[in-house]
This record gives sequence, C-alpha cells and structure tokens, in this order.
Amino acid sequence: MREIQAQQITQTIRQLCIDANCHLAGDVKEQIKQCRSCETFPVAQGILDKIIENYEIADTNVVPICQDTGVACVFIEMGQDVHVNGSLEEAINEGVRQGYQDGYLRKSVVADPLNRVNTKDNTPAMIYYDIVPGDQFKITVAPKGFGSENMSQIKMLKPSDGLQGVKDFILKVVRDAGPNPCPPIVVGVGVGGTFDKAATMAKRALLRPVDSHNPNPFYAELEDEMLTLVNALGIGPQGFGGKTTALGVNIEYFPTHIAGLPVAVNINCHVTRHKSAEL
Amino acid sequence: MEKRIVMPFTAEKARELKAGDSVLITGVIYTARDAAHKRLVELLEKGEPLPMDVRDTMIFYVGPTPAKPGQALGSAGPTTSYRMDAYAPQLLDVGLRGMIGKGLRSPEVIEAMKRNTAVYFGAIGGAGALLSKCIKKAEVIAYPDLGAEAIHRLEVEDFPVVVVIDSQGNNLYETGRAQYLAGRE
Repeated sequence: MREIQAQQITQTIRQLCIDANCHLAGDVKEQIKQCRSCETFPVAQGILDKIIENYEIADTNVVPICQDTGVACVFIEMGQDVHVNGSLEEAINEGVRQGYQDGYLRKSVVADPLNRVNTKDNTPAMIYYDIVPGDQFKITVAPKGFGSENMSQIKMLKPSDGLQGVKDFILKVVRDAGPNPCPPIVVGVGVGGTFDKAATMAKRALLRPVDSHNPNPFYAELEDEMLTLVNALGIGPQGFGGKTTALGVNIEYFPTHIAGLPVAVNINCHVTRHKSAEL
Repeated sequence: MEKRIVMPFTAEKARELKAGDSVLITGVIYTARDAAHKRLVELLEKGEPLPMDVRDTMIFYVGPTPAKPGQALGSAGPTTSYRMDAYAPQLLDVGLRGMIGKGLRSPEVIEAMKRNTAVYFGAIGGAGALLSKCIKKAEVIAYPDLGAEAIHRLEVEDFPVVVVIDSQGNNLYETGRAQYLAGRE
C-alpha cells in the first residue's frame, strides 16, 4: 500500500490551479496557431492574432489568460493500492483555496445557486474520482469558465434518431451558442451511457488534447467530420465571421440502454485549460 | 482604420459609429455585471439615485481578477452580455450610451439602443491579459461586498473594441458571418 500525504495533494493542486490559468496548454496554443495559418478571412486573422498575443502576455507576466478563472474541476485518478493520509476532499479544496488566493485568480463560486453568496475562496471544487488498478495518483485541474459552460446542452435522443440525430444536435448546440462562448471553441461530446454519464463524458472529452482523436476509428472519423461541419457554419473567432469556429471536436462514447441515445455537448472556449501532475 | 473615442460618449459621437468599426476608447468607464445590474435596476425602480452618473458613459460587463502588485486591475475581458439584457433597457433609458461585452443581445435591448442612440461594443472574449494593459486606474465605487462583481470606475487608454451593434441596429454578428460566407462561395 502506497502512502500519500494530504498536504502533498494540496500543494500540487495549488500549483496546478495557477499554472492552468496563466499558461495555456501547448496543444491548444499549437492548434490556435495552426488555425491562424489556415484562416482566410481578414477580420478573423486579426482576432486570432490578438488571442495569440493575449496568451503570450499571460505566459510572460504570469497573469490569468482570461478573467473567468472558472470553477475548479479536479479529476483524480487514484490507484486502488494508494492510501491518502488525511481527508482527500479537504486536501483538494485547500489546494484550490490556496491556488486561487496566491495566484490572484478570480473567486467565482456562490455557495447556493439561488441565494448566491460568494464563497470568496472559489471552493468547493467540482471533483471527479476514478479508482484505477495500481498505485498511481494523477491529478488534473481544468478550470472551467461559464461563458462556454452556459452554452452547453444535453438531449435524450431516440435510437431511431441515430448518427444523423447526433450530428444535428451537435451542430444545433454550436449554432445556438453563436458568438457567446468566445469562439474559437472546443466541443466536447458524450454519446451513450445515462443522462449524467453522457454529461460527464462530454466534460472529460475536453481534457483530451484538442488535436487528438478517439482511439475508435469510427468516432475518430466522426470527430473530423463534425469539425469540418462546425467550421462550415462561418461563425468564426468571436462570432465576427470566419473559418475558425472550433479548434477541435472531441467525442467520447459508452454503452447505453436499448431504449436510449443520450448525447451531451459541453462547449469550451479558446482558453481551454487543463494541467496534470502525477504524484 | 481605428476610430478614437474620448469619454464622455455623447449621442453625437455614438451616431458616427457603424457596426464593424474598430474603436479605441480613452477615459472613464464603469464595470458592472449580473449582481450589480440587479441592484442598479432596483434603485431605478425605487426612484433612488445610482452610485454613478450613467449619462453619456459606458458600462463594461466584466468581473476582473484581483490586481497583482504593479497592476491597476487584473485580467479583464468581457463577460457574456445576454445575462444583462433584462436590465440594460432601463439603464439605456436613463442615458447610458455604451455597453462593452461579448455575444448576442435581445431585440428589447436593440430597440432601447435605437431609441436612445446607444452603441454595443464587443471586446475580445478571453483576452483578459491583453485588455488589462489598457486599464490605467481602477477603483471600487460601489458594492464592495460583491467582490469581483463590485462596480469599478476605470480609467482606460486606447481600450480596443469593435462596434457590434450600432445606434441604427446594424449587427456585426449577422453581417460579419454573411460576408465571410459570401466570400467563400
């Protein structure tokens, strides 16, 4: 049995919160540059240049790329042979508390969705646990802004809606979102499972590198096709028109019930943030 | 070619701006987002004075990050504007001349803009680090209990925005996309 101290988890999460918010992940940077080189519409080229300048300023000055430093989504992959000394949940929230305080990040969480009083330390984190074989302990922090979160949708399709129904729904969500979620966006899709499983898969799809593909060739091909269809909408960077509406479409799937075809679409902005560490 | 606007933002200046214009703003503007808007409109409904004079000024929809040492204000990009649609017409009717945000507006807001010769500007969403450099001074003037949602008085210099909806109701979200799609065919 491997022992991990709660304090070590706190320190790691503190640093990941700051790093994720100030230093855009390499895969997202590369994809923005790639899209800039393919973009043909002058207005869109100008916006993408500003977006690149913005993440470079954030890198250099270690300031948040975007003022919406998000809710802290924390993904824990914990080997079943690991024992944590202390409260894991408290360790995670303490890391978020310290990271958002010490990193000059915005505190964007209200304690109650209807009474809406700010918790003033950005806790609680949204925590996702996976228990896996072995003695690894992997932490991913993915701050999620709500400009894009608010544009996400879920639908329980009928099996007869099939592949076309899934494609139509993804396009509907992107079209409905229009300029609101700060395009170019990243589209996370979860197909199958249950109502909640589909939504969680959609969120997890956003953790994958933006230029990666689902290992299943059918879904990999669907990702490419959907990216082409999304970019044919012409919404463009900031919604001012252009080719670059999305940087990527990542799709995850899971077995489902004979009666159902759940599909969830979680939208992320061009500041798609995720940083991981292994203890 | 960029146009320059120096505050105050009068009806005369507003009328000259067209959807799609790039504009650099210099002078005093105010911040307010969801919670502050709710309070401002509650004051208007009670007939009480607002914490700032909104006539010929602009409200920037933003909840900035805290300033690091040496900064006037932290990262400060626009938040999505439609959440302020329920409140914006009442502020426009008492003289607010400009709004800075991102994303779609309701027909009611656009009607109120036309009625009052006001302009809706878009700043680049997600470019908070870049926009922060144009903010020279920031001071909380109301609702400090709201944290990032407090109303700030900002002094900005060459703050870059684009006219999204002009005072005649022309909308860049419609024309920009149409122009791109037409050019592609």
